[in-house]
Amino acid sequence: MFRTLALSAVAAFGLATASFAAGEATHVEDFDFSFEGPFGSFDQNQLQRGLQIYTEVCSACHGLKFVPIRTLSDEGGPKLPEDQVRAYAANFEVFDAELDDFRPATEKDHFPGSGLENAPDLSLMAKARAGFHGPYGLGINQMFKGMGGAEYIASILTEYTGEEKEEAGVTLYENKAFPGGWIAMAPPLSDELVEFADGHENDLHHLAKDVSAFLMWTAEPKMMARKQAGFVGVLFLTLLSVLLYLTNKRIWAPVKGKKSV
Amino acid sequence: MAGIPHDHYEPKSSGEKWLHSRLPVVGLLYDTLMIPTPKNLNWMWIWGIVLTFVLVLQIVTGIVLVMHYTPHVDMAFASVEHIMRNLNGGYMLRYLHSNGASLFFVAVYAHIFRGLYYGSYKSPREVTWIIGMLIYLAMMATAFMGYVLPWGQMSFWGATVITGLFGAIPFIGEGLQTWLLGGPAVDNATLNRFFSLHYLLPFVIAGLVVVHIWAFHTTGNNNPTGVEVRRGSKEEAEKDTLPFWPYFVIKDLFALAVILAGFFAIVGFMPHYLGHPDNYIEANPLSTPAHIVPEWYFLPFYAILRAFTSDVWVVIIAETLTGGIIDAKFFGVLAMFGAIAVMALAPWLDTSSVRSGRYRPMFKWWFALLVVDFFALMWLGAMPAEEPYATFSLIASAYWFGYFLVILPLLGVIEKPLAQPGTIEDDFKAHYGKSADATPAE
Repeated sequence: MFRTLALSAVAAFGLATASFAAGEATHVEDFDFSFEGPFGSFDQNQLQRGLQIYTEVCSACHGLKFVPIRTLSDEGGPKLPEDQVRAYAANFEVFDAELDDFRPATEKDHFPGSGLENAPDLSLMAKARAGFHGPYGLGINQMFKGMGGAEYIASILTEYTGEEKEEAGVTLYENKAFPGGWIAMAPPLSDELVEFADGHENDLHHLAKDVSAFLMWTAEPKMMARKQAGFVGVLFLTLLSVLLYLTNKRIWAPVKGKKSV
Repeated sequence: MAGIPHDHYEPKSSGEKWLHSRLPVVGLLYDTLMIPTPKNLNWMWIWGIVLTFVLVLQIVTGIVLVMHYTPHVDMAFASVEHIMRNLNGGYMLRYLHSNGASLFFVAVYAHIFRGLYYGSYKSPREVTWIIGMLIYLAMMATAFMGYVLPWGQMSFWGATVITGLFGAIPFIGEGLQTWLLGGPAVDNATLNRFFSLHYLLPFVIAGLVVVHIWAFHTTGNNNPTGVEVRRGSKEEAEKDTLPFWPYFVIKDLFALAVILAGFFAIVGFMPHYLGHPDNYIEANPLSTPAHIVPEWYFLPFYAILRAFTSDVWVVIIAETLTGGIIDAKFFGVLAMFGAIAVMALAPWLDTSSVRSGRYRPMFKWWFALLVVDFFALMWLGAMPAEEPYATFSLIASAYWFGYFLVILPLLGVIEKPLAQPGTIEDDFKAHYGKSADATPAE
């Protein structure tokens, strides 16, 4: 009885959790990222390119107030050398309550918050948006693709149609990935807007993908460690299960009238 | 302790005797661990251990999280990010704790439905059942308040919606809601008291768990046949039972290890599967999210809450009869709590003398439909409040009440149960063949 019910239960359970993400029909393209799946990992070079795009473009309006600058040199992240991180930190000015004045940031400070009032902080954006919840709304593909937060951001950056309209004195831009279809942010990226020192491809598609990967890292900086812990946990518990299964079988064998293993 | 006759602890060395005459704690542990357990228990009897383990997991991870969390509206969200980014292994602690809540409810629902199918709630185990229901209520309160603590958008708006339910109670509702929140709206006072209670309630649950175990150790476990263990003599009892250690401890630990392997896969590879992205946006009282959805484990009862709208005839009748005191909103609240109340009353609503669903040919199908109904309600709870979901919710809610209030009492009268095995030993031998040994091998 319970066995037959179990299957329908699993399906219904999936459907119930799935519908969380059911929202307006927006177009989120399924970009391929290196960090997808149980064994996926961040591409260190991509994160560094993303940091450059963030610094040159996004940071004009948006902030990353939850991200300590020193974490740029952390394992499993952009992993910049520490002297570069120190030099990078000095680009920002932070308000120091003790000095009661602004001073150049150090690596111990966080990134500044958003400069523009209605530009949201981007620290957690890749986890605060779900791009897709498939297949069939079951959400199981999170195991292999994540929640689609990075895909959502990359789609926002690439799905501008070029249409504009004025509403209550604000210019809105048509964007197929944005819920409602009209976004207040002007198209921030375009082909060859950012030049990379190593001459890496810098068309719109590549730029959008790189900065989205970087924002996935700012949202989930411990992703690599987490997946590793999960893998070790599953491995050890599977091994423990096998041992306990054999122990259990052996203990019960005489009771069940079977020969000892 | 009353119950199944079995060997008791005998202190041997002088040290043991010294302690035993002053505090018989070793004897208590021995009796608890060696309790005679029906040997035909199936794999649905493993959830108790899983639940005990998760309770400990939640308390241990929770205590460490508290060391780094700040219950203040301006700092709560940032302190959670501090745990996630700066604390050694902090991300793991938090994901274990947040997903642990889901594992807790998966296990408790399996545990409850096992009890409903095998008639574990029936005499003489009513007290065990009632205490179990109290644990379940305390779990829901704890989970709800815990979800408020990260102070994300869903935390804030979930708290606003759920405490609003108390505001629907006539006459005292508004005052009660203000008293619960510590002010006119969800604010710092609310966050502080929820934090305090979220820390307190797990220990209340732990206390209730002890009483729950005490109660069923007095009556003995139910089992898949629903036939009681023979208690005439120790020899007779030993033909039906095996000591909990090592037979069931090892079996339960094996099941626990398999379940935890799955749990770690979720924590490690998709820790947000059961969460909501909106909770990574800091709480903002000025911006309401598009959809306010409770956590999955509340969805079945949330669906019942929403099902009774003002155009449903029972609601109209209730409203007319009470002169408007019971309006649609209050009716929904009553229905939601009533849905749990009828479940708690199952021992007195079920009139059948046969305990296990295995020997009840009609009950089996109605029970299967109840399980389907539960998952249907869960699905409907996550759907927007519009057609056709509203009608489906009403039908599904009606079946939930119908099962407990009409079908259970009626089946006991009209159903012809199948023949039950005479003893647990017979059932065990029928399953494992004649070679099954009646006594445990040393």
